[in-house]
Parts: sequence; C-alpha cells; structure tokens
Amino acid sequence: MTHALKHAKQGNIDIRNLSIHLQQGKQMFEALHNVTLSVSPGEFVCLLGPSGCGKSTLLGTLAGHLQPTRGSITVDGQTLNGPHPERGLVFQQHTLFPWKKVIDNVAFGLKMKGVPKQQRQDKARELLALVGLAGFEQHYPAQLSGGMQQRVEIARVLINDPRVMLMDEPFGALDAQTRMMMQQLLLDVWDRVNTTILFITHDIDEALFLADRIIVMSPRPGRIIEEIRLDFDRPRQADLITSDHFMQLKRHCLDLLHPQDSAFPLRRLSPLGASPLKQSELTS
Amino acid sequence: MDNSLSSTSIHAGHTPATGLILPWKTFARVLTRAASLAVCLVAWHYLATAHVDLGVVTFQNVPSPAQVLTAAWELLQSGKLVSHLAASLLRVLGGFAAAAVVGVALGLLLGRSRFAEDVLLPPLEVLRPIPAVAWIPLAILMFASSEVSMVFITFTGALFPILLNTIHGVEAVDPRLVASARSLGSKRISLFTEVILPAAAPSIFTGLAIGMGTAWFCLVTAEMIAGQYGIGYYTWASYTVQNYPDIVVGMLLIGLLGMSSSVLIRKLGKWLMPWDISERKSS
Repeated sequence: MTHALKHAKQGNIDIRNLSIHLQQGKQMFEALHNVTLSVSPGEFVCLLGPSGCGKSTLLGTLAGHLQPTRGSITVDGQTLNGPHPERGLVFQQHTLFPWKKVIDNVAFGLKMKGVPKQQRQDKARELLALVGLAGFEQHYPAQLSGGMQQRVEIARVLINDPRVMLMDEPFGALDAQTRMMMQQLLLDVWDRVNTTILFITHDIDEALFLADRIIVMSPRPGRIIEEIRLDFDRPRQADLITSDHFMQLKRHCLDLLHPQDSAFPLRRLSPLGASPLKQSELTS
Repeated sequence: MDNSLSSTSIHAGHTPATGLILPWKTFARVLTRAASLAVCLVAWHYLATAHVDLGVVTFQNVPSPAQVLTAAWELLQSGKLVSHLAASLLRVLGGFAAAAVVGVALGLLLGRSRFAEDVLLPPLEVLRPIPAVAWIPLAILMFASSEVSMVFITFTGALFPILLNTIHGVEAVDPRLVASARSLGSKRISLFTEVILPAAAPSIFTGLAIGMGTAWFCLVTAEMIAGQYGIGYYTWASYTVQNYPDIVVGMLLIGLLGMSSSVLIRKLGKWLMPWDISERKSS
C-alpha cells in the first residue's frame, strides 16, 4: 500500500473487454484486443509493451480522444464522453502553448473554468513550485529545457486536480540523466497529490522503478499478457535499480517483451490515432 | 503566385542584425548596398540624359533623376500630395481592412470545418484565379460610386493571400496542441481564441503582409482607370498631360507606400507575437 493510496478516493479506472480499431476501410486494423483492466484510486500503473502495441491507443481512449469499438471504459463509474480536465493527458513531446508564458500555460485549465486571474496565477505559482520551477513563471516554453518543459506540462495537468493522469512516454525524449531525475520528481509529486497515474513506457527500468503494478502488453493487436505487482518500498531510491530482486524482475520482463520469434517493429501509434487527423474527424 | 515574389524581395532587404559582433563587416556590407544603389542611379542618369535609343527600348522620353527630384519637390510644395496620399491611403485601408476581417474569419472557418469547406470552397476556387484587375469593368458597373468600386478591387486583391495563408495556418496547427487544450477543458469558442488563432497567427501575418502588397498593386491599377484622386490617378494623369517626371514620382511613391505598409504589418506581427522565434531567426 502506498502513501498516496491511503487518501485517494477518486480515480478508479474500470476497463472491460475493450477492443479498438483504428483507421477506415481497407487500412482498418485492430490496435487493441479484448483488454480488461481495473486500476484503484491513487494507484501508479505502468503499461509496458513494444512500439505499436496499442498502449498509446488505450491512453488516448481514456483521455477521450478516441472511441472504443467494443467494450466499456468507466472512471469512477462514469462512462467517458470526450476529453475532460479530470483526465489529464501528458504527451511524449510537450504540448505547451508557445505563445503563453509558463505561468499562463499552467493556469490555462483554471482559465477554462472561469477562475479569476489573480486566483489562478496564485495556484499556478504553487504548482510550479511543486515541480521545482519557481522563478520560471515569466519564461516562454521555448526558453526551457526538455525536462523543464515536461515539468510545466505536469503542473498544467495537475492544476485541474485530475482523477487520473495519463502519461504517454512522458520522459521518452529526455536524456538518461534527466529522465532519472524526472522519475524521482514524478514520484515525489504523486506522493503529494491524490491522483491515479497510468504511465506508458517501453523502458523496463522506468516501469519497475515507478509503478505499483506493471501491465505487460503483446505486440499488435495489443493484449494484456501479464500483470506484475511491485512491492518495493516507497519512497524509492536510485539504488533500487541495482538490487537483486529488481534485476530478477527485469530479466522476466525482457523475456516477456522479446520472445524468440521477434516480430518486426511496428509504427508508433499516438493517443490521437494512427495518423494525424483533421480535428473534425476526432471524437468530440 | 505573383505576390509571393514581392514579399520575398521585401524580406531580402532586411539587414541581418549581427552588427554587434562584426561591425566592420556589416559596415562593408552597407557600403556595398549603397554603392549598388548609386550605380543604378548613375546608369539611369546616363540613359536618360543621353537619350539612349536601343530600338526595342528607348529612353528618349524618360526623365532624369534630377528632373524627378525637382518634380517631387514641386509636388511637395503644391500641397496636392496630401490629398492624393489621403485618397489612396483611405481606399487601401478600407479594402485591406475588409479583406483582413473577411479573409481571417473565412480562413478560420474553412480550416476547421469540413462542412464549411464543402459549402464555401467551390465558389472561392472559381473566383480565386481571376486577377483583381479583371474585376475593374464589372466593379464599375456593379457599384454606384467609383470610390466603392476601387475599394472593392483592393479588397479582392488582398482577400485571397490573406484567406489562403489563414487556411494554411489553421490546418497546420499541431493536433496535439488542440487535443491538450480540449483535455484541459477548452470548448469550441475558447479553443478558437486560445489555441487556433494564436497558433495560426504567424501564418496569418504572412498573409496580411502579402495582402497589403497586392492591395496597393490593385488600388493603383483601379485608380488609373476610375480615380479622380490618388497616387495611381496622379501617375496616369501625369502621362496623359505629358508631365513625364511626375510619372516616376508617382511610381516611387507607390513603391514606398507599399513597402512601408508591409513592413508596418511585419512589425505589428512581431510586436503581437513575442514568442515567435522562427520569425526572429529569419529576419
């Protein structure tokens, strides 16, 4: 049981027999096949799988940007109806608004809710401090490093007090050192907020270091092939990744991800579907 | 498109702001540019004063730089300049402003909605290849006052560059930005004002700058045919009354006005878009 789990009451994800098809006509393919998954409030779950296995598709469906073909998804018992601030989404490459200063990017969610300027800026300042970026309020996103941009992105999602935070390989584009720092930071932040995290990665070390539970997925069409519960103590330290138990689990994950008859690598899918779509084609 | 040419030439005229690092090199470049202008002036002076006749082209009736300068000075003294300038500026501003409003609004709509595209694009595609100048006879027939018909020609000329650049800008908006905004709670209207418009703004301003150039081009042509005041009228009238130096004065004024209004738009764009680094790098 984690610390966060104790006080989180919301953020229960329930996915039943979910299948998702992407694209139209002859190009249509099944990205996700019969996935059933339940995530408890405040839990940190990593989806681990090879490129193109449909894990981003699952995330995009949870965010409300894609429609399921079959099956059901609920968050706290409610069926999804398009995107919602209570289901925050973090992409691999930041999606900060280049024309807004850092503080206005973070405050954006509250602006959409109609919160007065002073109030939302105070809250944004608080969240920037939480992710260690106090003093960068007046910068533009382009003036920050990749790691800092992702921290702003996380702050911008958290300002909405989301029930779930959906993260699509958020540290995949960062260098190894920054990535480890960001993992530590994310765990610190998660410890202080009551949110469920569904985190996608194809980095085994990252999944093992972060998660309460790892869901391992097969290549296309994506299916759940194994669940691994991790009971490493929290807060987790950097030396965890060299421990025997960690190495054992890592070897096990490697076997799962790289079976003997290795399939050719598939094109990476995005939470917005298989190809860049015109907005009108996305669900609303 | 003929107007893209004018925009690039304006752009090339900017001196890169690297002066602080290599002042001597910059100075040398400025000198080269000034020398190039001087050579052109001298060549013009020679061709005009020597009344060179090459058969195909003749400089017998071309005024010399000195004559043009005198004519310009006289125009300035006569006080007529202000009324000509005012007439042209008002028409350009009217046509351009209307084109900016209609072009940006239509562009936002067409770039975002498939339905709007299906309804509005076919007639626009038919109208687009018709040069604004070809509208002049019909415009004179359609509008009660020649004043309105000239503003209409200007509007037609400026509309398409603005419209097309806006559509392009809107369609090029990163779908991930839109998805993020919607995940953060943006609804239809706020998505437009907070995301689509600023994301497309650099492209819209490119369209506005090009549109300003074509607006001047079209206005001058319209004035030559239908005007009673204005720089284009002044230029054409100078020809009909055989005041040849005044023709060149008119031409130079047109160039100056077109260029400075485009520069003004670019400056406005930079001022409104302090985040736009791509613009900063390229100029």
